[in-house]
Amino acid sequence: MKQLVKFSVASVLALSAFAVQAGTLQDVQANGSVKCGVSKGLAGFSAADSSGTWTGIDVDVCRAVAAATLGDATAVTFVPLTAKERFTALQSGEIDMLSRNTTWTITRDASLGLNFAGVNYYDGQGFMVKSSLGVDSAMDLGGAAVCIQAGTTTELNLADWAKSNGIVYTSVVSDTNAQTLSNYDAGRCDVLTTDASGLYSMRAASNDPSEHVVLPEIISKEPLGPVVRQGDDQWFNIVRWSLNAMITAEEIGVTSATVDVVSNNPERERLMGRSGNTHEYVGLSSDWTYNIIAQVGNYAESFERNIGLNTPIGIARGVNALWTNGGILYSAPFR
Amino acid sequence: MKQDKTLLSFLNNNETRAIAFQVITLLIIAFVIYSGISNLMFNIEAREIHTGFAFLSNRAGFDINESMITYTPEHSNLQVFYVGLINTLVVAVVGIIFATIIGLMIGIARLSNNWLISKLAGGYIELFRNIPILIQILFWYNIALLTLPSPRGSFGFFDSIFINKRGIYVPEPVSEPGFVWVLIAFVLGIVLTVFMRRHFRQKHDKTGVHTNTLGYTAGLIFGLPLVVFFLLGSPMHLDYPSLQGFNFKGGRTFTPEFLALTFALSVYTATYIAEAIRSGIEAVNKGQKEAAAALGLTQTQSLKLIVLPQALRVAIPPTINQYLNLTKNSSLATAIGYPELMSAFGGTVLNQVGQAVEILGMTMAVYLVISLCISLLLNVVNKKMSIKGR
Repeated sequence: MKQLVKFSVASVLALSAFAVQAGTLQDVQANGSVKCGVSKGLAGFSAADSSGTWTGIDVDVCRAVAAATLGDATAVTFVPLTAKERFTALQSGEIDMLSRNTTWTITRDASLGLNFAGVNYYDGQGFMVKSSLGVDSAMDLGGAAVCIQAGTTTELNLADWAKSNGIVYTSVVSDTNAQTLSNYDAGRCDVLTTDASGLYSMRAASNDPSEHVVLPEIISKEPLGPVVRQGDDQWFNIVRWSLNAMITAEEIGVTSATVDVVSNNPERERLMGRSGNTHEYVGLSSDWTYNIIAQVGNYAESFERNIGLNTPIGIARGVNALWTNGGILYSAPFR
Repeated sequence: MKQDKTLLSFLNNNETRAIAFQVITLLIIAFVIYSGISNLMFNIEAREIHTGFAFLSNRAGFDINESMITYTPEHSNLQVFYVGLINTLVVAVVGIIFATIIGLMIGIARLSNNWLISKLAGGYIELFRNIPILIQILFWYNIALLTLPSPRGSFGFFDSIFINKRGIYVPEPVSEPGFVWVLIAFVLGIVLTVFMRRHFRQKHDKTGVHTNTLGYTAGLIFGLPLVVFFLLGSPMHLDYPSLQGFNFKGGRTFTPEFLALTFALSVYTATYIAEAIRSGIEAVNKGQKEAAAALGLTQTQSLKLIVLPQALRVAIPPTINQYLNLTKNSSLATAIGYPELMSAFGGTVLNQVGQAVEILGMTMAVYLVISLCISLLLNVVNKKMSIKGR
């Protein structure tokens, strides 16, 4: 199966000379939908419910881009990808953008022919163990077997951290999130490591969340964000500024409920497309940001709806709060 | 007028046409390959994807839990390639040995006169041959993880072998200085056995007196090294596994990934080998067995001297084909995370480095070379086994 995917990706890469020439925006508008690569199932970030509707903060970035480019947040074709498949899928043009809790690193940004369009969640790598193990610090994990997903930055961080702390461990790798979780549940390993947000998401999805403890140590920086192919600056700008629009809307205080309220705040009027001509610069209609906020909501709405304290996942805003509220979430101005 | 006729007949000539069509086909194939490659180069360049093989010497940076050679995250991606390659070969060799043993037993059992044994063997073949191998691998893996105890509640045998979810832990022999003499004695034993057997065969040819060489063989191959071993004062000790902290340490570990993979591959491939053996035995003319019986050979002698040599000639080519399939199927290990070539190199390194064309090219080349080597072996064996002088 996996080989098949890779071979086909390689052949698509080989035979798609013409796809690269056309602009991604034109392709998207011609197809009437945005092909967006997402995780195969990580509650709160991207997961399909029983009726097949995708939700999550990563999904909301796809929806924001669809609302901006097509005026319809539901015009998204979701392509679920494993960590190993994601970059090849984007490079080959199988998807238009990737929004799959992907860490922004220099190697990925500079050598894969890809560009990171921003950060929609500031994360860090953590550890989760079963409460029954009686461990309360990652420093006590010497000799443990660690469940981990193959082909992630997590795998590299763990090796670095273990080396610098003189900890010996055994790694147990799996291809998918689901297999990693089932290995951990079955007791193949003592500890599961991935981005802290992923740990909270998995804990919430388990039968009894109180059986698992997320350890206090955060061993890495994991800025997660949407990714596009290098070489299409217009599309890059659209994705970057769709995300920025959601963050700016929170800053100004526009929500999906209040988009139609006309105010005397010039920045708000500019963001809502009622004055100024910034839409021309990205090649979209003047209501592109209006559509994003009206149909998807601002960043705070997306966050609280999917992973906030009132959801089973229950993550506090923390570093993901606006810069004005003690976090590091910051958008360049709409001007 | 005359010239036209020659031209026409030249164009109508079957041979000319055949050559022309072949040339056209060749040109089309060459064009497709050429445009594919040039498109690929163009796209890679247009997207500014990093190319070349420099990544092989870069630090890998991730851990692999199973390796026959030294490996740490400090090693290069090339070392990951070797680790994966060796793991693939280990799975292939172990799988081939077990598949052959199981297949031979099932194949012979299938032809047994005992109704129950023959039906059981038939049931085994139909069951395991008709379930996709990937599902079998996942099945055995998850069964092992679900049914076995955690490390602290391991099944222990004689305080030296332990079985739990993390694998099977067995004592590992650790050689001390001087052990090399035991190995030399072992090799010497084998060489002497060959000479000894030749001697007794010549004696048999000359005088017709049959000597049972089993005792001598055992004495030379096992007795001699044992004597040397004890004379040198047992230059080897066993490293026993013991529970330390979370897991067992020491000894040798067979992980559930390795066990599930080799078990599933052996059990699956054995069904095909069993069928090959059965067809081989059935291909031997009934008259041969009857003639053997008429000459007064016992059942065993008839099987060993008359039936099997002829049956193997038919059975070996399809069996070696199955060895080839087993080796290629080992790449399914990526589903359960056993670090063989496709999983460790074609999967993890590919994702960390992102150079799909180079990495998948190398991976495909390795499988191709392994498969070609096995087919070469097949051809050699086939030539040797084929009936001579007919």
